[in-house]
Amino acid sequence: MGREFLEGNEAIARGCMKAKCDFFAGYPITPASSILHYMLELVPQAGGTAIQAEDEIASMGFCIAAAMTGRKVMTATSGPGLSLYSESVGLAQMGETPMVIVNIQRQGPATGSATKGAEGDIQFTRWITSGGLPVIALSPATIGEAYELTYRAFNLAEQYRSPVFIMANKEIGVTKESVDLDAIELPPLVERKKVASGKDYVPHNFNGLTDVPAMSDFGGEYIARYTTSTHDKTAYLTTNPAVIQEMIDHYTAKIDEAADDMALYKEDFQAGAETLIISYGIISRSATVAVKEARARGTKISSLILQTLWPVSKKAITSAMKGIKKVIVPEMNMGQYCLEIERLAPPGVEVVGVGKMNTSLVSPAEIQRTGGLL
Amino acid sequence: MSTTKAAANGYTTYMTDKLGPLPFCPGCGHYVLIKALDKALVKLQLDPKNVVIVTDIGCIGLSDRYFTTNAFHGLHGRSITYACGLKLARPELTIIALKGDGGCGIGGTHLLNVARRNIGITLIVGNNFNYGMTGGQHSVTTPTDGLTSTTPWGNVEGPMDLCGTAIAAGAAWAYRSTMFDKELSDVMALAIDQPGFAMIDIWELCTAYYSPRNELKRKGLDDLLASYNLKVGLLADNPRPEYSVHYKEAYEAGKSVIKPKLPIEKKYDNSVSRQTGIVLAGSAGQKIKSTATLFAQASMFSGLDATQKDDYPITVMTGHSLAEIIVSRERIDYTAIDSPDYFLVISEDGLKRARARIEKLPETCTLYAEESLDLPETKARVIRLPWAETAKKISKLSVAVIALATMLQDTGLFSQEAFATAISQFQKAKIAETNLKALEAGAELVSN
Repeated sequence: MGREFLEGNEAIARGCMKAKCDFFAGYPITPASSILHYMLELVPQAGGTAIQAEDEIASMGFCIAAAMTGRKVMTATSGPGLSLYSESVGLAQMGETPMVIVNIQRQGPATGSATKGAEGDIQFTRWITSGGLPVIALSPATIGEAYELTYRAFNLAEQYRSPVFIMANKEIGVTKESVDLDAIELPPLVERKKVASGKDYVPHNFNGLTDVPAMSDFGGEYIARYTTSTHDKTAYLTTNPAVIQEMIDHYTAKIDEAADDMALYKEDFQAGAETLIISYGIISRSATVAVKEARARGTKISSLILQTLWPVSKKAITSAMKGIKKVIVPEMNMGQYCLEIERLAPPGVEVVGVGKMNTSLVSPAEIQRTGGLL
Repeated sequence: MSTTKAAANGYTTYMTDKLGPLPFCPGCGHYVLIKALDKALVKLQLDPKNVVIVTDIGCIGLSDRYFTTNAFHGLHGRSITYACGLKLARPELTIIALKGDGGCGIGGTHLLNVARRNIGITLIVGNNFNYGMTGGQHSVTTPTDGLTSTTPWGNVEGPMDLCGTAIAAGAAWAYRSTMFDKELSDVMALAIDQPGFAMIDIWELCTAYYSPRNELKRKGLDDLLASYNLKVGLLADNPRPEYSVHYKEAYEAGKSVIKPKLPIEKKYDNSVSRQTGIVLAGSAGQKIKSTATLFAQASMFSGLDATQKDDYPITVMTGHSLAEIIVSRERIDYTAIDSPDYFLVISEDGLKRARARIEKLPETCTLYAEESLDLPETKARVIRLPWAETAKKISKLSVAVIALATMLQDTGLFSQEAFATAISQFQKAKIAETNLKALEAGAELVSN
């Protein structure tokens, strides 16, 4: 295709189609609506089905059920819609449903500012549903990454039988950028692990807590079951505490234990640096400028840009903090991911959050000022 | 619904006794409903692998696991959404959603929308006028004056007529019945056989709560129906194309309008030496955003990288519209423009939104402004231009093209030819024709 001038939302839709998504349901919401528009056009061209649902709850219901028939599904929303997704995300976790959920964040809380960016949903996404089980979430910094990470999100969804979030914001979703999507290197597509043979299909048949159970489609070779209620491996209800704990341990372990495997990040370390900026999403681009400007003044400084936000890439973060005395964490919220960095920072390491939520980007100058680099 | 099929496939039941008896209270209407559904399935002799029983929360939601078909048990009131998702993804499957009256309340919108869309699922409602699972609270179908744990002095709300509501929303097929209907299984088989959306509202006794509290027995159900002037039997039979059939037809008929996308290849040179920030401030409806995109695409035809970030209110065609374009030979990181190189203000709305920024513009910035605007004090080099006058002669919708062409001519960042190429490649022929004129006119304003 060559170079194009694309907004993030289109790149997300294209990444989704590249991953062979064949089912989409969504509800209009600024600034995510254009994903709905693109998908309504693109999905039927690939032989799939895309529908505008009556609300966000129906969007999730359609997608979860479609995913269990073997479709590769995606939905997209913004903060207010994500709130309505909450209960259904729990359902998707309960049923181990592969699906991609895009959140083009905007200034909140509540209706907030529909056309203005913010990243206030970072911890909300981690703790999005009752029960508090782990989620997978990726954060793109560029239009190219919006494409790439959406594609990768489908792979993670299939690999871990889990909902996977794309956490962009208005500043990626509807910002346009020159990009050549075909020039972006992508890993091979991960196919869903399907049940090979056997008498009956056991929907959650894991061998060892981190094992991801093979699936059989609704309407496929085996009778399939799916339930929102506390269940055993066969998806029949159970009240046995040992079985219940084992299921919860499985849901938790399959994501948390794989944190380092699914960690995507970019390191730019400078020898002798005692200051590190840890950033993600659109603000990582401000961080990149801040690093450049600081280095130009002779300041030694390192940068770690996280693409995987959940589960936390502990190894990458911990190793980036070696020899570091100060970590600066710029965010378009009041200091949400900063909490994770504080949790991992060894004693004596100062963590400085540069957070704001006034609809404008955190600028390179603000990072340097609040971070004490000037 | 042939008996020969029954003989051929040999399904004598679609229920398992592995889990013991059904878990309902003695005398509960759900027994009747579930047994009738089993009988209906036997009559239809469907392959259980191709049938999904979908339930949600409430007593009726306990039933899916007693079937040997596929089973999907989801969140309270949302069974219709899963049923629809299954049907949309696999139209060849038989999808039967079981729901209580409570679920019809919390999930009321799904009932309206499945009826309206005509997605070919079967909905069977076990309607017993209260929430049995949570302690007999009133629901959307509790009769007026009915006693429940949340209407201790009698229900002051009116009941919702489920079939009537669904029919008003466009249900293709709807049937009202009671648990004492001897033909319930035949009716269910008929409903399942419908290609479009079909629903059965089955009035039942809740022997745990509603019936004893209100002394509601078999005759009482008939009296209730009569008191609301509601009839049992087939209430709607208006077949129309099922959603997925219609969806495919619409796509096949419309797909010819899909146009291939075209890449942007470098065709021209540029004279951009460093990252350059351009702000275009105007009014919604002045094509600010789309023109900024064309300009950025033109910069790409000239071998540059570009970003575009917009600022606009939630409404369209009213208020301000600002576009921030950055062009650069190198990768652009920070997409905001804190210190613009070129600032174009086209309208009063744009000026109002940008006033504070204009006041702070550095002297390195050039401010191009519509001549009729009353500008604030600024350090920027100011060039006033008769853009509105010029646009009047061409098209009001071309004022942003005129403005950017003026700036381009004045700065020589890249060629007007590149801008013309973007216009020709990405705009419809007729609009492009006008905008190419606008481009010339805009350039002429500073050519002398």
